[in-house]
Amino acid sequence: MGDRYEPIIVVFACNWCSYAAIDLAGTSRLHYPPNVRVIKVMCSGRVDPQFVLEAFADGADGVIVAGCHPPADCHYQNGNIKALRRFTLFKRILARLGIEKERFRLEWISASEAKKWVEVVNEMVNELRKLGPLKNRVEVRRLVEA
Amino acid sequence: MSKPKVAWYWCASCGGCEESFVDLAEKLLDVFGAVDIVFCPVAMDYKKEDVENMPDKSITVSFINGGVRLEEHLEMVKLLRRKSDIVVAYGACSSWGGIPGLANLYNVKEIIDRKYKEVPTVVNLNNITPREETEVDIDGYRVKLSLPRVLDRLYPLDQVIDVDYYIPGCPPTSEVFWNALNILLSGELPPKGSILGAGSKSLCDTCPLNETKPDKLELTELKRIANTIPKLDECLLAQGYICLGPVTRGGCGALCINANMPCTGCFGPLDGIIDYGGKAASYIASIISYDELEELEKVYDSIPDWVGILYKYYLAASKLGGRIRRKKEVVKDG
Ligand code: SF4
Ligand code: SF4
Repeated sequence: MGDRYEPIIVVFACNWCSYAAIDLAGTSRLHYPPNVRVIKVMCSGRVDPQFVLEAFADGADGVIVAGCHPPADCHYQNGNIKALRRFTLFKRILARLGIEKERFRLEWISASEAKKWVEVVNEMVNELRKLGPLKNRVEVRRLVEA
Repeated sequence: MSKPKVAWYWCASCGGCEESFVDLAEKLLDVFGAVDIVFCPVAMDYKKEDVENMPDKSITVSFINGGVRLEEHLEMVKLLRRKSDIVVAYGACSSWGGIPGLANLYNVKEIIDRKYKEVPTVVNLNNITPREETEVDIDGYRVKLSLPRVLDRLYPLDQVIDVDYYIPGCPPTSEVFWNALNILLSGELPPKGSILGAGSKSLCDTCPLNETKPDKLELTELKRIANTIPKLDECLLAQGYICLGPVTRGGCGALCINANMPCTGCFGPLDGIIDYGGKAASYIASIISYDELEELEKVYDSIPDWVGILYKYYLAASKLGGRIRRKKEVVKDG
């Protein structure tokens, strides 16, 4: 990747819609930047805000939680609604903790929306390149031991 | 055989933790009978040198309460760590930062400006703020006075030294402290990192209102005790008050619930929770019964300070430790 700063984006993608879309992007040979690290989960309703915090603390510059379109696409009926309730609140908390809004996205991506997936990744990578790394900032916690 | 030696030190503390010790009342006599208190700045006049002169590991247990906010605290807890066999983080501040840990939302300059210049009740015509060093004339002599440096943020004890055990609460009840003390003196020590004196059940599990808590909660609004009074005999969460009993360790005796106050989380996270505020947000949000963004935002708007509520005692120990600051801010503080 050369000397240019490359953000790392952790993606929690649901098995039934979003992960299938990511797969489809691959089999359709769509191109997108290699900055994403995708973690498959069964449902966006299984993604706990704690996982997102852990990802940021461990060096992610951005996080995407991706699931099936509300209201009714969720394989488990309302997991995506649970995700909507959780991350709508959680975004407020992230903002208060100094995490810029560009660093976290809740996205609805159906199994056929490979193109949307590519757009989302492109857009986020561009935004994060402008913001720069989050890592430098989190390291403040270890100041005392140094 | 000589009695076990106990030290008790306070860092950034409100005095409540010391109070919980005094609240042992007549049981204090048993404590004094069972242990020798060798260092306790709140009640006894010993100096740092006295601790320095003790042999390493000669103190059986040091109880340390309050968060680490000053260079002085840092020095003292490192010294006590060296001199002690067992170090116990006592209370919410020492365990996770506690209420003073909420100051990690601001940098040192913002805190000092707020306290010494901006608070509406402060009149500070000459804009005097504390400095680490200052010179004054006393009886014709030029004297240099100094204060310990304020650290860039508040640190829970285990972010600066190795901690063996935790005693939860803000403050821990004297019952919890008594249980913990008995465990420590029994000689049968639990695994390192254990929470002493409280169980592993959630507060809800032990709450007198638990029978009125429905299996499936669906809230259409959130209420605040600032402007409404809860009913006495119904689960506070079911009434719409943010009660953190479902994610908080029990063992406090449901003191707040019995006083008609929702749980604010001072006994800290249940086992398995890696970020208390994150978990609390997850739980509370999932029981808001709306499915549309707009309606959800409206409910969330009704609570002015989410971080203050969900991270009341835990912000400094959270995954991010407080507000993430830009690099140049850090240099300025450091
Ligand atoms: S834990 Fe609570 S009682 Fe103890 S020092 Fe902190 S604020 Fe005070
Ligand atoms: S939510 Fe609060 S009031 Fe309701 S049972 Fe749990 S601790 Fe008790």
